[in-house]
Amino acid sequence: MHIEESPTTGDETITNYTINFGPQHPAAHGVLRMVMELDGEIIERIDPHVGLLHRGTEKLIEHKTYLQALPYFDRLDYCSPLAQEYSYILAIEKLLNVEVPERAQYIRVLFAELTRICNHMLNIGAHVMDVGAMTPNLWVFELREDCMNFFERMSGARMHHAYLRPGGVHQDVPEKLLVDIGEWIDTRLPELFGDAMSLVLDNRIFKQRNVDIAVVSKDDAVAWGFSGPMIRAAGIPWDLRKSQPYDVYDRMEFDIPVGTNSDCYDRFVVRVKEVYESAKIIKQCLRDMPAGPIASTDRKVSPPKRAEMKQSMEALIHHFKLYTEGFHVPAGEVYVATESPKGEFGVYLVSDGSNKPYRCKIRPTAFSHLQAMDFMSKGHMLPDATAILGAIDVVFGECDR
Amino acid sequence: MATLHSAPKFTQIDGLEATLSGALGNHLVEAHEEHGELLLTVQRASIADALRILRDDHGYQQLMEIAGVDYPSRRERFEVVYMLLSLTKNSRIMVKCSASEDTPVPTVTTLWPNAGWLEREVFDMYGVLFDGNTDLRRILTDYGFEGHPFRKDFPLTGYVELRYSEDEKRVVYEPVELAQDLRQFDFMSPWEGADYVLPGDEKATTPPVNEPKTTEKPSDTGAGKATDKKAAEKVSAGAPAEEDGGKDAPAPEPTEDQPARPKRKGKTTNTAKATEPKTKKAPAKRKSAAKKKKDDK
Repeated sequence: MHIEESPTTGDETITNYTINFGPQHPAAHGVLRMVMELDGEIIERIDPHVGLLHRGTEKLIEHKTYLQALPYFDRLDYCSPLAQEYSYILAIEKLLNVEVPERAQYIRVLFAELTRICNHMLNIGAHVMDVGAMTPNLWVFELREDCMNFFERMSGARMHHAYLRPGGVHQDVPEKLLVDIGEWIDTRLPELFGDAMSLVLDNRIFKQRNVDIAVVSKDDAVAWGFSGPMIRAAGIPWDLRKSQPYDVYDRMEFDIPVGTNSDCYDRFVVRVKEVYESAKIIKQCLRDMPAGPIASTDRKVSPPKRAEMKQSMEALIHHFKLYTEGFHVPAGEVYVATESPKGEFGVYLVSDGSNKPYRCKIRPTAFSHLQAMDFMSKGHMLPDATAILGAIDVVFGECDR
Repeated sequence: MATLHSAPKFTQIDGLEATLSGALGNHLVEAHEEHGELLLTVQRASIADALRILRDDHGYQQLMEIAGVDYPSRRERFEVVYMLLSLTKNSRIMVKCSASEDTPVPTVTTLWPNAGWLEREVFDMYGVLFDGNTDLRRILTDYGFEGHPFRKDFPLTGYVELRYSEDEKRVVYEPVELAQDLRQFDFMSPWEGADYVLPGDEKATTPPVNEPKTTEKPSDTGAGKATDKKAAEKVSAGAPAEEDGGKDAPAPEPTEDQPARPKRKGKTTNTAKATEPKTKKAPAKRKSAAKKKKDDK
């Protein structure tokens, strides 16, 4: 057997070897299989195999009406369901050119930001746990639980809400819920989150594991199609909520946290700061939210109220038509991208004028980031791979679709 | 048309269409604006050159997405759509080219490193080939998958299903067998051009008969003579069965056994054994402590 010339300790030869990281690995954040070529403990090459959770969502959507396809988006990135729905309904609204009442826009922004907090709680917790800390994860999961309870009061479901609808939202939110969210933002969130982060941010071990790991230059971040916290950590203040505002984001005052080093630690800190910015936005939403309708009054798009249906034949017909045939969307194609907690989540929607999408291409945030895994981890140690993966914030429901 | 929707608003650059059309020159096939988004169709052979011009000279630095679309009725059935984003000009455009199964599209991995996976995905889902992509493996489908699932002629159910076989101790693939038909949500209104014939509609097209049917005589109606007044007396006489009790109707035939279900085509496993509790040997009687001591001595 021929063995390559490699460094030797004298009595034995060391060769490169290949291991499987995943598909069942707690730090792989789902079903990711990475074929790693290692030289000792140094990573030489990574070949991520994705698609183990591929469910053919885009094909299924082609066989459903526009409204029936909506819940599939909750099941993509199941850690931030509303953010996925957001791109889809905005794409439909753009094709339909339908006006959304102001209150609905505020509600959407409010809960999209709450989703961001909820998502970051999971990622921040998972990231610190990947590099060895246990306690902060348990603490931030308390906050995530609070978010889930708010979502349940909003839509009836903790995770798969199907709450945002073309033309508005499904139901109005109870007044008490808004009051409770406001209170939570003021008291519980900063307290508990601050406590948890005080354990991590200046922690010596946490810094040893994250600082100067997977440094990506600005040019590389742009070339690899990075978005969201990944591109902001590289020092580029790019946030779709600011630069391409949708709904009432243009009325919100918030800052875009950016990194200086573009390493895993910066990505982490960007997310931590974003939580506070989201809290700011939520407060502004609660302050400015007007009263009024929560869905478009265009009955060809959004259904009438139940009470109205008891009185009006027209309303009954509209309701029946919307929930059987669905609405027809004028032919055309749009690409709509919003700032999901993980980055740019886009929907390319092609309509042929019927009641079903002709093609719905979903742009997952994780695809570009995960593809850069090889180039980011080259030369790092094997345990750094978990830190890099944690800082990417990848969820496979979304990556594999 | 006034913009009513609240979808993301990016910078609308005046004369962008003219500028980019001019810059692309011969590469361009067609350009138009739709919902405030610019769509450029370019020649397939020069897609890489066109995108290089857009990236280097016009500031579209990021390739966010490559989408495949299938239009089976077209001569070149596939469309490959590139979504470009300019961070500096805050603008988005879509660039597309058409392709068929055997006409490869030049790769853009030379321009953007992240195009690799995006092209792999389009290849996997539609079978569009990318010339120059050195790593054109499947990406989302299973290892050893055959076919291109997002083509419009690929059935939603697919062709194979898999399960874990207890016999072979591994996952086995079998042809898809559905217990019930997949639900088709075809809610197209029949008044707006459904492409199937509604039950009963086939009668609407029967040719007209030469001799129209007329009812000149009362017998033509098939109704017979009008009832006379005495008919009522006969009716009130009561049914014969009620008078003499009659015979009881014979008992109905017993229901046949349900015919056995057709046997499943694929291999099936008899899992009965697996669910039964394992019979263990009764544990050996423990020796009493006293006896044990005695033995030790």
